[in-house]
Amino acid sequence: MASLFSSNPTLASNPSYLFSQAPHNLAAGNKEHGFYPYTDNGGSTLGITGNDFAIIAGDTRSTSGYSINTRYSPKVFRIGGDDETGEGAHIILSVVGYAADGTALKERLNAIVKMYKYQHGKKMTVKACAQRLATILYGKRFFPYYVTAILGGLDEDGKGALYSYDPVGSYEREQCRAAGAAASLIMPFLDNQVNFKNQYLPGTGVGHDLQARQTEPLPLHEVEQLVRDAFTSATERHIEVGDGLQMFVVTKGGIEEKYFPLKRD
Amino acid sequence: MNHLPQAWGRPRDDVYGPYDASYLQSRLPQTHTQSPIVTGTSVLAVKFKDGVVIAADNLASYGSLARFTDVKRLRPFNSKSIVGIGGDVSDMQYLDRLLNSLDVTENYSSTGHSLNAKNLHTYLSKVMYKRRSDINPLWNQMLVAGLDGNDEPFLSSVDLLGTTFSSPTLATGFGAHLAQPLLRKVADDESKVADITRERAVEAVKECMKVLFYRDARSLDRYSIAVVTKEGGLELKEDEQLEGQSWAFAETIRGYGRTQEA
Repeated sequence: MASLFSSNPTLASNPSYLFSQAPHNLAAGNKEHGFYPYTDNGGSTLGITGNDFAIIAGDTRSTSGYSINTRYSPKVFRIGGDDETGEGAHIILSVVGYAADGTALKERLNAIVKMYKYQHGKKMTVKACAQRLATILYGKRFFPYYVTAILGGLDEDGKGALYSYDPVGSYEREQCRAAGAAASLIMPFLDNQVNFKNQYLPGTGVGHDLQARQTEPLPLHEVEQLVRDAFTSATERHIEVGDGLQMFVVTKGGIEEKYFPLKRD
Repeated sequence: MNHLPQAWGRPRDDVYGPYDASYLQSRLPQTHTQSPIVTGTSVLAVKFKDGVVIAADNLASYGSLARFTDVKRLRPFNSKSIVGIGGDVSDMQYLDRLLNSLDVTENYSSTGHSLNAKNLHTYLSKVMYKRRSDINPLWNQMLVAGLDGNDEPFLSSVDLLGTTFSSPTLATGFGAHLAQPLLRKVADDESKVADITRERAVEAVKECMKVLFYRDARSLDRYSIAVVTKEGGLELKEDEQLEGQSWAFAETIRGYGRTQEA
């Protein structure tokens, strides 16, 4: 019997008896997973700087689809302070988008800023913290933290500093930035009211000769009112924005937290 | 005799053509839970003046089949907290074992502290977020009820994506649509919690369980309800019957209660 097979030409030239040599002409293409690891929890955030202060604000509504999860879920956090009270912090961070990633990101940055202080015996500058946050986000480039972050504080010269991010870590220092669900509603308002875009000085000429209004640093009380107006308007027009407005103001005196109710419908 | 499979009965290639071994190897990626199989429906909870009340029915459904009618979905943890679990039942049983081992570890530790509801919620949210990040989720939404570190009422939620949030009233699944609006009439703000009595909170939850039984097709009239207070500790009842149902409306619906045109 053995001789029968050993003399078989087919077998000798093509001994396809090993399972690993089996032809795998299976349907190619990956199986689609039923689980999508992201969600959008809605809400909006906004940051504006002045000469000697930075403000970051966010609404406190958390949503999934058309449902309101809760009316109070903060999106703005103190970074590098006491766990319970936030005391000793000098940097603020807002995260909007996928709330679970936002919390994870906040906790990572918080731990890093604290470790920096313990290891170097000095507070991390906002500039350094901003670069570090970009590195954290970019480190998860291929499974990103699905959040838009805004970082704020005072720079080395005591001037208001604000950095805005995309989910994979591109960042930029800016005067003002709106993020989240109602960013497209708030940002044009900010362009006009903070950077005086499309504002011209009357009687300075016709057409291209018209002189643009020069930007000037805005005082704190004016900025605070801009923030409140931005959010009351966004609440009117966006269903994912509302319930409450939480505001953090960084000055050389420290971080002050404010809360204003918004419409809950 | 030799080692060749053909000699041991495998059809000869020259007679039957090459052996098709394609079924032996599926080159699919490793798969995790893609969807829940046996599921529990809503969990409801309300905070009140000195505690929290939480409830869930005793049904585990297999699709639209009411498969297991005596499944306890409220899971007490060390006399200070209780977890209400909705979603996949096998994942719930895994979480139950996980909490058992956590409880044992904690009881053998020499810290002298015990985990409160807030600690438990943090633990569960880290477990859930880790599993979603591994794309291997535990397909559940949970409410953690009990007392926090200051013995104040605590109520918070965590789901399969690791999303967490807290509110005076919470409801998962269908309850988020049907019960939550009713519960918010009782307590729409954290500041109102201090005005709510235990009786009011329990009554509201029971009423909502009834509404859910009327309208949620994957619900049951037997349910578990628990109250956690500082004074009374954890009181859990696991075999309650819905009371005061009214199906009078059925009389007005043709083909349901009514047999002929009025």
